[in-house]
Amino acid sequence: MTAVAETPVPAVEPAPAPAPDAGAKPRDILIICYSGELEKTWATMILATTGAAMGAKVRVFLTFWGLQTFVKDQKRITGEGMMQKMMSFMQRPGISHRKLSKMNFLGMGPWMMGKLAKQYNVASPKELLEIAQSMGVEFMPCQMTMDMFGLKKEDMIDGLGEPVGAATVIALLQGGDAPLFI
Amino acid sequence: MSTEQVAQIVDAKGLSCPMPIVKTAQAAKGLASGQLLEVLATDPGSTKDFTAWAKATGNELVEQTVEGGVYRFVLRKK
Repeated sequence: MTAVAETPVPAVEPAPAPAPDAGAKPRDILIICYSGELEKTWATMILATTGAAMGAKVRVFLTFWGLQTFVKDQKRITGEGMMQKMMSFMQRPGISHRKLSKMNFLGMGPWMMGKLAKQYNVASPKELLEIAQSMGVEFMPCQMTMDMFGLKKEDMIDGLGEPVGAATVIALLQGGDAPLFI
Repeated sequence: MSTEQVAQIVDAKGLSCPMPIVKTAQAAKGLASGQLLEVLATDPGSTKDFTAWAKATGNELVEQTVEGGVYRFVLRKK
């Protein structure tokens, strides 16, 4: 210990490490899914499913690039105006069309990742998403991102919650949710 | 060796993280309190993961063995 006390303090017995109360209600988990890259989508899905498996209530707030992941796979162009359409054209939405942040090589990287995942029996983000939904993980789209990208409810995959704003996120954090920003 | 009857077996051999835990949680849901669940996995990380899962969920890790690269866990539903 390097703490310096100006007045001598009586020796205090070190408090025992808080013993996790087996079976006590675990903290809720709030994942802020901000990024749209393949590897980060994967991390989000693995942690969301595992959180649910560990008995925690898991919510995932979908915002900015993270929301694009939850557009239906078969949607190619989304949005109303030219700029919104161009945005979706430049970065194809949908969970099966994620790119890697590094080593993308025009899709070679994700293709190789997919091959390796199959070889090692790693569930794909899409499979994990379905499992997460079946385990009661709640997905909350960001209303502002929906508006900015011109996304409509029918563009999005089934089973998402009602769109919410940052205040909902902050209120959950203030309420004690364990936060993950991915 | 426990002599009690195992109510369900989860075969998670060959599966990678997080599937052994996810499949176990899904199977545990369908069991009644006190029933035993047996899990078979080949993921070496599962030794620590199943201890953590049992601790977090309050289910009891009754038995843990490894044989020929197959990890076997017996869990009692809370």
